[in-house]
Parts: sequence; structure tokens; C-alpha cells
Amino acid sequence: MIKHLQPAVILFVIFTVLTGVVYPAIVTGLAQLLFPHQANGSLMTDSNGKIIGSNLIGQPFSDPGHFWGRPSATGPFPYNAGASSGSNLGPTNPALADAVKARIEALKAADPNHKAPVPVDLVMASGSGLDPHISPAAAEYQINRVAKARHIAPEKLRALVEANTEARQWGMFGEPRVNVLALNLALDANH
Amino acid sequence: MTNNSFFQIALYVITLLVLAKPLGWYMARVYEDEPVWLNRWLTPFEALIYRLSGVNTKQEMRWTDYAIAMLVFNLLGFFAVFGLQSLQASLPFNPQNLPNVSPDSAFNTAASFATNTNWQGYGGEVTMSYLTQMLGLTVQNFVSAATGMAVLVALIRGFIRRKADIIGNFWVDMTRSTLYILMPLSLVLALVLVGQGVVQTFKPYQTVPMMETVSYGQPKLGADGVALQDAKGNPVMETVETKGQTIAVGPAASQVAIKQLGTNGGGFFNVNSAHPLENPTPLSNFLEMLSILLIPAALCYTFGVMVGDTRQGWAILAAMTLVLVALIFVAVPAEQGGNPALAALNNVDQSANATQSGGNMEGKETRFGITNSAIWSVATTAASNGSVNAMHDSFTPIGGMVPMWLMQLGEVIFGGVGSGLYGMIMFAIVAVFVSGLMIGRTPEYLGKKIEAYEMKMAAIVILIPPLVVLGGTAIAVMVDVGKSSVFNPGAHGFSEVLYAFSSAGNNNGSAFGGLSANTPFYNAMLGLAMLLSRYWLAVPVLAIAGSLAAKKIVPVGPGTLPTHTPLFVVLLIGTVLMVGALTFVPALALGPVVEHLQMLGVASAK
Repeated sequence: MIKHLQPAVILFVIFTVLTGVVYPAIVTGLAQLLFPHQANGSLMTDSNGKIIGSNLIGQPFSDPGHFWGRPSATGPFPYNAGASSGSNLGPTNPALADAVKARIEALKAADPNHKAPVPVDLVMASGSGLDPHISPAAAEYQINRVAKARHIAPEKLRALVEANTEARQWGMFGEPRVNVLALNLALDANH
Repeated sequence: MTNNSFFQIALYVITLLVLAKPLGWYMARVYEDEPVWLNRWLTPFEALIYRLSGVNTKQEMRWTDYAIAMLVFNLLGFFAVFGLQSLQASLPFNPQNLPNVSPDSAFNTAASFATNTNWQGYGGEVTMSYLTQMLGLTVQNFVSAATGMAVLVALIRGFIRRKADIIGNFWVDMTRSTLYILMPLSLVLALVLVGQGVVQTFKPYQTVPMMETVSYGQPKLGADGVALQDAKGNPVMETVETKGQTIAVGPAASQVAIKQLGTNGGGFFNVNSAHPLENPTPLSNFLEMLSILLIPAALCYTFGVMVGDTRQGWAILAAMTLVLVALIFVAVPAEQGGNPALAALNNVDQSANATQSGGNMEGKETRFGITNSAIWSVATTAASNGSVNAMHDSFTPIGGMVPMWLMQLGEVIFGGVGSGLYGMIMFAIVAVFVSGLMIGRTPEYLGKKIEAYEMKMAAIVILIPPLVVLGGTAIAVMVDVGKSSVFNPGAHGFSEVLYAFSSAGNNNGSAFGGLSANTPFYNAMLGLAMLLSRYWLAVPVLAIAGSLAAKKIVPVGPGTLPTHTPLFVVLLIGTVLMVGALTFVPALALGPVVEHLQMLGVASAK
């Protein structure tokens, strides 16, 4: 055992430096050089250069005049990007059905005349609690409410939603989706 | 299932199989010390490493020495991770001023990362300083993966060599695995991931303004910093408003790349690859998902090349792929089917169409949808990776049973880098032995006679994980400290405990996250489970390697069972499934099966 101790200790130190210092430093250096925007959190700025949020991190919305994002299970407030978390509610947990029911009621209360069933991603919490996207169906569902709150034609909103909808990446990966924060920023800027 | 589901599954599996051969060929050259393209840069550097550490590359080891070297090296890693966590408050690179980690949690995490399990009892962004993440966790991500690959290569040498008493040099195998395979792949993957939006920075967390103000209740603190209580002993709540959002960032991409490639799975952030800054786009998701199975699949080809018959490698890869694909086709429809409890509310649209993926979206991200969340859950538990891009605790009962059972099969359907294939070779040894008994042929595998000693060791390897899993679960559900951590009621609560021990006892690391596992009880129990099922498997495997190396090679005769045929693939799958099914069906019946029936019953009653 003793004869193995010397190579073990020295190799451990070497690999700690190599994989724990040199490797992350090289990746950081190249990342900051090649992709500074992405490497620092894809932060968006307004026309004055002020940071107004991250393109990849959702924000909480409850104003009827904004599009709402996925329900978020982070604590102590939704979309706490300092402590990501899912709800971990099991499929048969009554608390899950109750939470979904409450979310449906909130959506219906904000738009009483809308009778269509709610797209599922709008009433089920995301995995990260920070999901920046909703499905195109979930955006379409909310057009009626936002249009009424802002007194603008639904067609104008539909065009805005389409402009903020991303198709499957390269036409094949993942799912189509709408960036809620980008959509709401565009909404506030244009209307 | 939608047409797109079929397309996504095919795209994933075909890409994986296409890449297995070139990477497998490359790794075989690395381990056989044949020239490779990277020699130009790395050979002088590699020589320097051996000179500094006093390693004589020509001096190979007996299996006992190989095992001791492996254990000593892993022990150092364990102490380093434990020490870094225990002292991080007084060490640099801690911009959030995170406190030292408690001893039980630090023990659990040290065991977890040394054993390539990467179970996380803690939440990354609220627990670990940048220094601990890099110098402790990232390092273990590399060397624990390299350890698994080294043990596999030693076992392969046992098959190749005749009448030899040495099976290679652990230091060389470990160094070459890291330097020539894991580091170059990680470097490339990390940079591509940053391009997609994974963060890589040493800056502290960023606070950004929010468009809407959020108010929420929190316990009111007195002047002494202790939560105030009213006359009844309930906490006094106060309403606070926040206009800003603090976004956790850090050197994530460098760690995410190796956590995927080295079947590690320990995320930089709490929710792992569900986090938009750890897995931001569908493309990053595809690449991370591909990386989970890439090296385990390619090692099958490496095995074939090294034993001089690539058909042997393809046969094992075929067995693994068949089980993987079959279970993907169980998991995806289960999740796509949605939750009957919500269908009963009559107000939710769970159907899949062009504008939404529908299905059971609790705990899933919109950009991945149902299909890519379900494929990931199967891939990450087929391999002993354990990273997640959706919350397994919120999967449907059948959707959650698939990953649980894949772990219980012993992490041999791809499995960990190195460890998965050496586990599968143990099952192959059992399969030739069983078929030898059935048809009266001498059991032999790749020209080596399989005798009592090999069978004993293979039996240990196959039986220890179920013992740890079922024994641990039984203890946990009998004691109050075990039960009090359960989050969801009913059968699902039992599944949470069974899942935790299945994960730790097979070095996977994924979790039903509702279970509060960061308690002294679970930290100790799961930590021990991880240590037992890593080293009590690796050491018997090395013992087999030593024993096989000492044997002569039996020429192929009429009594030899060919091990590259579809028949053997079926035999191998049968052996794996039989052991897995017989051992775990009773426990699964108490958890996911009961819950599935309850879920259907509730739905039909309404």
C-alpha cells in the first residue's frame, strides 16, 4: 500500500490542478472570448444599455395585460433564479390536482368568457421553476385576455406572438415555444 | 405518440450508434498505446506526469496491486471533496459567502462524487462555492470516470492475456483515460454548450430587475435574527415585495460537459439539466443526452477491438440497445398519456398537437416537451449518469418506474463509463455459465474457461446491489427518521425511498427529488450504499481479471457456445432481465404498480 501512496498523492495533485484549475480556466477564457453574451447568462439590455433580464430565465407574471409563464415552484417567490426547484408533486398527490385547479380558476377569473380547455403547460409547474417558455398553444390561449386588458385587436397580438415563437431548433430538435419575457417586453414597447 | 416522437427517438439512437464505432476505435488505440492524432501535443506532457509522480509505465501490476492503487487514489479524492466542503467558508472563490457544509452532507457528497454516483443531497447554487465545484467536484467527475474505464481495461486484458499474472498499470490507464479521452471531449462539448447559452464565468450571481413586482410572505425575524412566533407558537409572517431577481451563474459549462460524458450526473444547479442555464436549448439537450451514452456505447466497440473480435462488442451493444429502445417506448407513451386526475377536471388540454407537446408536463420544461424529457430519463438511468432534465418524482407511475427499474437492473444497460460494461461482462459470464448448464457445454467466454472462482466473484457483483437497495429501503421505511423525509403520500412515498436506494445502490445519482435526503440518516445510509456498491463490485471484477489472465486460451471447438450471435444476445438480455425482474418485482408492485392502479381507479371513479 505504501509504495502506491507516492504516485497516488502526486497524481492526485496533478489531476486536481489539470482538471480543477487549468481545464475550467481554459473553458472560461475561451467562452468569454468567443461567446461573452452566453457565458455571462444571456442578459438582455434596453436601448440605454441597462440590464433588463435574462433571455433564458423566466420571470413571474400575473398582470392580465401580460402573458403569463409556466407555474413555478421555487421558494420563497416564483421564478427565484437563485434557488431553482421543481414541485416534485407526484401524479396522484391530491395537492397536485388542487394546485392545477387553483391555476385554472385564476386563468378563468381573469378571462371569464374563455371556455376552451387550458393548455397543460400553463397549469403544470416547470422542472426548473425558471422555464422562460410556454407552448404556442398556451400563448394563443392568453391572447383574448391580454387583448381585452390592453384594448388592442387580437390579430395584432397574434402577430406579436408569432414573431416571438421559436420553431423546433434546426427544424428537428425539441419543441416549438414562445419566450414569455421577450414577448412581454415587446408588448410593453409596442402597445 | 406523435410522428415527431418516433423521429426524435430514431434520431437519438441512430446518432449514438453511428458515433460508437469511431470513438470506440480511437479509445482502443489509446489503451493499446497505438499512435493517435493527439500524441503530438500530449505525449511530452504525459511523460512529464509519469516522471513527476515516479510511475514506471513499463511496470504492470498484479490484480491486487491494481485494486489497491485504485482504492488509495479514490480515498484521496474522497478526503479532498470532504475537506473542501468542510472549509469552503474560509477558502477563496466563494463570492456568495456560502457557509461550510455539514459533516453528514459532506460525507455523502464525498462518497457520491468519488464513486461516480453524483447523487446530490444538496442544492448546488445554494450550497457549493465555486472553488468546491471546480477543485472538488469537477476533478472527481474526471477521475471517478477514469477509474471506471481503467478497471474495464484491466478486465479486458484478463481476457486477452494467457498465463500472465499482470493486468496493466492503474496509473497509466487512469492518466490516459483522462488525458486522451475525457478532457478533449469535455473541452469541445463545454464550448459548444456555452455557445448555446450555458454559463461559464467566475462572476458572482447577477441581480436583474423584473417587469412585475412580486409580493410574498416570509417569516418575520426579530432583532436577534430568530423567527418571531405568535402566542400559539405559529411563525409571524410578513409580506415583502421584490422587484429584482438574482440569477445564479458560475463556471457551469466546464462541469456540465464532464458530468454528461463521464456518466457522473451531478448538476451545477439544483435542478440539474432542467435549469435553463445548464441546458438552455433543444440542441444543447440533444448533445447532453448523446453524451450520456456516448462513451459507454463506444466502449463496447473498444472491447471488441481489444479482444480481437469486434462481433463480441457489437453483440453486447445490441443487447444494451434493444433494452434501451424497448424501455423508451414504454416511458414516452406513459408520459404522453398525461395525468387522469387532471383529465377528470375537464378543463385541461393534455393532447399533443402542432402547438403543444401535451401530456404530463409537471416538472418538465417547455423546450424539451414530453418526448425529450422521457428519452433523457431512460438514457440517464440506463447509463449510471443520473443527471435529469425533468423531475422524475412528478412522472406518471409507469414513466417513473422505467428509470427506477433500469437502475435496479444493475446499471449494465450501457451503465457507467467502464463500470457498465464490466458489469455487463459479469452478466455475460453468468449467461454462458447458465447456458452451459442447460446444454452440457463447458462454460467459456472469449476463450477463457469460466470456473467456480469466476462464478463466485460474478455472483458477488450481481448480488450486492440488490442487497443494498432492498435492505436499505426496508430499513428506511421501518424507522421514523426514514419515513419523515417522504414528501408525497401513499404508494408514491414508498417509491421515493425505493428510488433513492436504487439510485445510490447502483451508483446512478438521479432522484425522486421530493424525498428530503439531506438528513443525517439518509446522508449516512445512502453514502454507505454508494461506497459498498462501487468498490465491492470493482474489486471482485479485478479479481476475475487476475484469474482470467492466468488461464490459457482454449481454442474454439464444437463445444464452444458462440457469444456473438443473436441467440447469445437474447440469452444475455434474458439473464439481465430475469435477475432484475425476480429481485425487484415485489418491491415495484408496492410502489409504482399500486400507484398506477390507484391512478386509473380514481380516474374511472370520477
